[in-house]
Amino acid sequence: MQTSKSSDQQTQTSVPKKKISPLLWGLAFGIVFGFLLQKGGVTKYDVIVGQLLLTDFTVLKVILSAVLVGMLGIYAMKTLGWVELYPKSGSAGMNIIGGLIFGVGFAVLGYCPGTIAGAIGDGALDAAIGGLAGILIGAGLFAALYPRLSQGILKKGDFGDLTFPRLFKVNDWVVVIPAAVILFFVLFWFEQSGL
Amino acid sequence: MLEFLTEVRWSPYAVGIGIGILSWFSFLISKKPIACSTSFAKTSGMIEKLFKGEKVDLKPYYQKIGLNIDWQWMLVMGVIIGSLISALLSGDFNWQWVPSLWASVFGDNALLRVIVALVGGVFIGFGARWAGGCTSGHGISGTLQLAVSSWISAICFFIGGILTAKFIFNLIG
Repeated sequence: MQTSKSSDQQTQTSVPKKKISPLLWGLAFGIVFGFLLQKGGVTKYDVIVGQLLLTDFTVLKVILSAVLVGMLGIYAMKTLGWVELYPKSGSAGMNIIGGLIFGVGFAVLGYCPGTIAGAIGDGALDAAIGGLAGILIGAGLFAALYPRLSQGILKKGDFGDLTFPRLFKVNDWVVVIPAAVILFFVLFWFEQSGL
Repeated sequence: MLEFLTEVRWSPYAVGIGIGILSWFSFLISKKPIACSTSFAKTSGMIEKLFKGEKVDLKPYYQKIGLNIDWQWMLVMGVIIGSLISALLSGDFNWQWVPSLWASVFGDNALLRVIVALVGGVFIGFGARWAGGCTSGHGISGTLQLAVSSWISAICFFIGGILTAKFIFNLIG
């Protein structure tokens, strides 16, 4: 009894420091992320569907400028040895088919998993009632079908956690710099053509 | 000096640059990319567990992702709070059942919009798990790492989305 009590106390004192702080960081990053999404207008159905109808380019302006700035900083920090990358594994069967299914939902719902959280925060009831329930049902459905899918279609054309610099077998910056230039000119072109 | 906090809209570039810089800190401090959709799968599993009990933990997909409240789950909660703060500061908060673009074509019936949102949500929840990520995990965090899986996914999100939106608004509407 006594030994188990003292070990309980030990874990109790060591657990909070190790476990609570990462969760609080997650909450803090989320608050800033949600604040920015709302200020950008991308928590709004009209803005997201406007992008998919190609009448409002706000969503792509936000995403591409985030990618441009994020990529330069993260590859700089990787070169300095400060951070690691966490590229997701993928396959043709996963990313093409899953991506297209997601795209259908993107247009029908008019929010995605991050922006629906923001939409709930700024009062969208279609998001909070219909959309949220739908996402939970869809995710549950996938979990139910996963054993069958994981042995078949999800494995088709598997390429692992590949990045473009590794695919081309070049130094990171040989891809990063041209990618940054292309992203910059795409954004510049959006502005020039009044999109 | 702090008037910018009460503005309804910021330039999309200011917002994008802000998200890019935020991602530096999430890699540096939390050693994780910003992402959202796995948390919805965890929540779905946790709700199922309330009804069906512990055996839900044994489903292979939930074994893979784990049914727990983690960093990303807290991030999604934070997004709700951050958006609420932004909307309250600018007066942009309002309860709304039917978005105006939807109403302009399909009318302001709240039930119809909620049912369509639910159907769309099923595709989003299912497709995000199938593709292994969403607009944040693949579309921003994955593409900025130059991950092949994320560029393919993000391009397919927009191909599927543009074709479907054009179909809904130009052919049905």
